[in-house]
Amino acid sequence: MALATIIQNEFDQILANWMRDQGREGVRRTDVVSARESEAQSRELLQALARALRDTRSDDTFDFSNPGWDPVREALEHISQTRTESGVSPTEMAWFIASIKQSIFTILSQRNADDPKLLIDQVWMVTKIVDQMALHAISAYVDQREAIIERQQSEMTEVSAPVVKIWDRIVTVPLLGTVDSFRAQTVMENLLQAIVEREAEVAIIDITGVSTVDTMVAQHLLKTAAAVRLMGAECVISGISPKIAQTIVHLGVDLPNVVTRGDLQSGLSYAFERLGVKIGG
Amino acid sequence: MGASPVITITGCVIVAIRDNLDDRSVMMLQDQLVEEVARTKAKGVIIDISSLEIVDTFVGRMLGAMAEMAGMLNARTIVVGMRPAVAMTLVELGMTLAGVETALNADKAMGLILSGRASTSRAR
Amino acid sequence: MNAMDRIGASAIKRTKFVTAVSEIARNALIYGGGGVMTFHLHKLAGRPSVLAECVDHGPGIADVDRALQDGYTTGKGLGLGLSGARRLVDRFAIETLPGEGTTVIMECGAR
Repeated sequence: MALATIIQNEFDQILANWMRDQGREGVRRTDVVSARESEAQSRELLQALARALRDTRSDDTFDFSNPGWDPVREALEHISQTRTESGVSPTEMAWFIASIKQSIFTILSQRNADDPKLLIDQVWMVTKIVDQMALHAISAYVDQREAIIERQQSEMTEVSAPVVKIWDRIVTVPLLGTVDSFRAQTVMENLLQAIVEREAEVAIIDITGVSTVDTMVAQHLLKTAAAVRLMGAECVISGISPKIAQTIVHLGVDLPNVVTRGDLQSGLSYAFERLGVKIGG
Repeated sequence: MGASPVITITGCVIVAIRDNLDDRSVMMLQDQLVEEVARTKAKGVIIDISSLEIVDTFVGRMLGAMAEMAGMLNARTIVVGMRPAVAMTLVELGMTLAGVETALNADKAMGLILSGRASTSRAR
Repeated sequence: MNAMDRIGASAIKRTKFVTAVSEIARNALIYGGGGVMTFHLHKLAGRPSVLAECVDHGPGIADVDRALQDGYTTGKGLGLGLSGARRLVDRFAIETLPGEGTTVIMECGAR
């Protein structure tokens, strides 16, 4: 009996055995995936598999990239996504897929016991398919993880460099922690955008919270100051601690055309002076 | 593509560059601006580049040259409305346009020229 | 420009890339006696990118290392074109043979 027919006819039996095996193999993760969800996912995948086997010719030229396998790949991506979000590990994900083998093998050996050669061919075919499925699930898992990391990274960068309008025509951005090229770039972009939106004439970069200033960070500050000037505003760097002043001089970094101040207050009063703002009496 | 119109208001020569320019129209514009400054004895030139998506070294060099020529005729040149992406690109190119004054928009540049104040962002 | 939109490039990346292309095209025109610029959609480290290839059959560049330094020029430019363009893109390659011409390849991702 052909593989596709067997899986079609014995669908419920295979699914039931698979669910039982999932429990036995300990890949069920009932803590994060409910039993109902688990069954729905297993059913979805098995149905896709049955459909793909029926639609493609399951001879020796099994090719997972064949469009006939689209439903299986989609099902895997969907399952992988829901499981990634609930914190299932890639190993557990692969085990979950691989555990389907036993239930299919059992059924195959019952139906084709009289034809050992066919049986071996079918076992080999199922092994190949399930292995591909597991690999695809892992690669989908990695892709999804990367997308999550990328999203978090950009969110974190946004949050860690908020540009604030602190006075009419004055914007400021505090730099915190370690500054890498990517963050320095984002800060520059946000600051320049804020200058346009808020019609700011002075932009203060406060580096009080920066842990270390090296040549790279100094270079980025210089570039930012130059870009701010090109846009028609003035750049002030405040929060230069004695230690940072020493570092900058020792590094031999020249900060021409850049106003620097010890703390944000001095930076702000410089900005007031430039803009002719008078405060209090 | 038509040339960008050059107008003079209360002693300021103003041009809003309309489109991304080819090299020939850049040179034509430069001629036109210098002649207008000489003719009107203007105190300043305001070049609005807010519609420019690209400023390469050629256009950057023209802006610098423009400032120098106008300077010889005793007029200040203020470039206004540069886009953030353009500013970052110029800095990366190594063009800081040191001889050119900048302002956020034509309105502010006008105020600077009429009051005789230096731009907050003059290069020191 | 359209190609950069197609890969969903940020405004900054787009401006940088198009500026670099403009610099290289001008070089090919002034020094290389004109050339051909082609664009392809490509992949850089698994992410979509745009690749520009500029080929001219001019005299070539005698000293590429020096030509890539800031401020070096044999013409009347600022000497920032080649070196600046290199800083604006994610990948930059130049191949030149004296007497046969110059090929510049630049590639830029979406962000």
